[in-house]
Amino acid sequence: MKKFIKLLLTSITFFAVMPVMAALNVFTCEPEWASLADELGGERVKTVSATTAFQDPHHIEARPSLIAKVRRADLLVCSGSELEVGWLPLLQRRASNAKVLPNSPGYFEASAMVERLDIPKHLDRSMGDVHAAGNPHVHLDPRRIQIIAKALNTRLAEIDPAGKDYYQQRYKSFNQRWQQAIKKWQQQASQLKGARIVVHHRDWVYLFDWLGIEIAGALEPKPGLPTTATHLTSLKQTLTATPAKMIVHTTYQNPRGAKRLSQLTGIPVVQLPYTVGGAENVKDLFSLFDVTLKKLTSINSGMNK
Amino acid sequence: MNKKSILIGVMTFVCLNTISYAAKQNGFNPDVSLVLDGRYGSYSNTSDYALPGFMLGGEAGRGEKRFHLGHNELSLSAKVDDMFYGKLTTAIADHEGETEVELEEAYIETLALDHGLSVKAGRFFSDIGYLNNQHGHAWDFMDAPLVYRGMFGNQLIDDGVQINWLAPTDTYFKLGVESTRGNRFPTGGATSEGKGNQAVFAKFGGDAGISHAWQFGFSHWRADIEARSAGTHAHGTVTEVPTFKGISEVNGIDFVWKWSPNGNKRERNLKIQAEYFERTEDGSIDMVGSSPLETSSYQGKQSGWYLQTIYQFMPRWRVGYRYDQLEANNTGSNVAVLGEAGLVTNSHIPTRSTLMLDYSYSEYSRIRFQYAKDDSYNDSDELFFVQYIMTLGAHGAHSF
Repeated sequence: MKKFIKLLLTSITFFAVMPVMAALNVFTCEPEWASLADELGGERVKTVSATTAFQDPHHIEARPSLIAKVRRADLLVCSGSELEVGWLPLLQRRASNAKVLPNSPGYFEASAMVERLDIPKHLDRSMGDVHAAGNPHVHLDPRRIQIIAKALNTRLAEIDPAGKDYYQQRYKSFNQRWQQAIKKWQQQASQLKGARIVVHHRDWVYLFDWLGIEIAGALEPKPGLPTTATHLTSLKQTLTATPAKMIVHTTYQNPRGAKRLSQLTGIPVVQLPYTVGGAENVKDLFSLFDVTLKKLTSINSGMNK
Repeated sequence: MNKKSILIGVMTFVCLNTISYAAKQNGFNPDVSLVLDGRYGSYSNTSDYALPGFMLGGEAGRGEKRFHLGHNELSLSAKVDDMFYGKLTTAIADHEGETEVELEEAYIETLALDHGLSVKAGRFFSDIGYLNNQHGHAWDFMDAPLVYRGMFGNQLIDDGVQINWLAPTDTYFKLGVESTRGNRFPTGGATSEGKGNQAVFAKFGGDAGISHAWQFGFSHWRADIEARSAGTHAHGTVTEVPTFKGISEVNGIDFVWKWSPNGNKRERNLKIQAEYFERTEDGSIDMVGSSPLETSSYQGKQSGWYLQTIYQFMPRWRVGYRYDQLEANNTGSNVAVLGEAGLVTNSHIPTRSTLMLDYSYSEYSRIRFQYAKDDSYNDSDELFFVQYIMTLGAHGAHSF
């Protein structure tokens, strides 16, 4: 027992050294929000993302390193709408940090700021992984990002009032560049209107809604369930009747199903970055849309790659 | 209390709740979660189960034969307000033809204390070790490791209070203490004098690169035991119950390491986990019910460990292997009494090797096949189990 206590005390002194604090510790559930927080918070924030573009945000565990990060966070920025239902509530409960609990200023739910699509009329687990509050993948519509940025700017100033002017200035600059970018992207993507695209999971609903693209089918037979051979066969039949331009998937999804369907139908497969860090040249939200649209338009106009 | 009426009440509540949830998300309703667990068991031994060197109690045993139900649990939980969280879990099980509703957990927990502090009170799973605070249906094998079976009657649950402190550091570091009543196995016989159990534990954890995560823990548990009783022994018309009175101390270490490519669990992932516990006990064993009273002094020294690894080789499918081993070296003044209490080993070292394969159609449904080569007691045996675990209602938490 004595030995044990000694060991404990040694470990406490070793680990309890307080780290140097940045002005505001921002913990984001997904990399897109880390990028947005950096745009708006600049040097006044220190952001860390719980996930990378290579991790499926539905399937994360509340692992020790994340609990430790939430413990020290001043602000959580997450997609919400149950995307993180398996791990975020647990992190919030385990982190013993009153600042970032739901309904506190320190918890910012991005999808709650915008109108959501795919809100189910009724809920039933036999429908797969559906979310009561609608589709949570809102960051792929730049118009929605614009609304979320405005709300996040207000929230940053609320939590860190000393930085209000600084945040306002950064928001103005971001908003201006973003509006210009949206115009540019809409011109680039005008050819995609009406195109039919097969998706792996319904991660792309907001992007397609913005660009007027039609979902020709999903590789997942039901949201969250892996592809099956039977499902691919029935997809093939649908696509023979009404063809699609391409099959898209994210960096964290296994490309096997997409490739198989491509073999069956001859429709090209394209891996899209999905979020910041999802391709080598996707370093922020601007390059996320630049690269995504470039890939979509080049395949759509028949120039493979 | 009429058990049937509780059951009906609970069921009605669940039905109503589900309907309202479906109609519109209602924030005032608690999360309802129902776990269905059914099993089929097959093995050859018919002799009473024993674990040489350990007094068995709680839910310890090798499992039932043929079709039977496991732990069917109904759980309600929600935030009470912005300061408290509450949870209640009932296990509904058949015991010798009667349906029993057992209160498994009933606790409240603070949400918003500052400085990394949190307090839990009520009936809860102790946080010692790694597996102990997880529900049985979240385990990777159908049954508990032998060391949990031997020392804790599968799992330590008690009524009391727990205080945790989470350090504001990059490396996860949590320190916790528990003080509990101690009237359940392996303690038994809570007295009005307030004797009970104390536990202290520390957990460290972190990531190693993007693909690896780990956690390491130390625990210490101590009990001043008034009366721990184990299996009864019938001698003609007299029933004698071996009962331990004395001090019991347990020290443990636990380690978990997880890997998945780029930290993306979806396709493939690997988990390695090991725990070691040692226990020292000092006191006496009485054969309660014997006349004249048979008694013995007792000094116990027991230890046990397991190592297990689980690999998800493709979505839905996982394989696992677990090795268990126990050791005991108990002494006392009356070997016959120790023998009746199950504390004599005859130099048998309990071991077990277990293989499992499970298939999860979705996150909510799992079917498991398990095979064990069991040398945990003198009669070597082979055990086969098939199990389903289905979760209905609230989305489960992905804990580490």
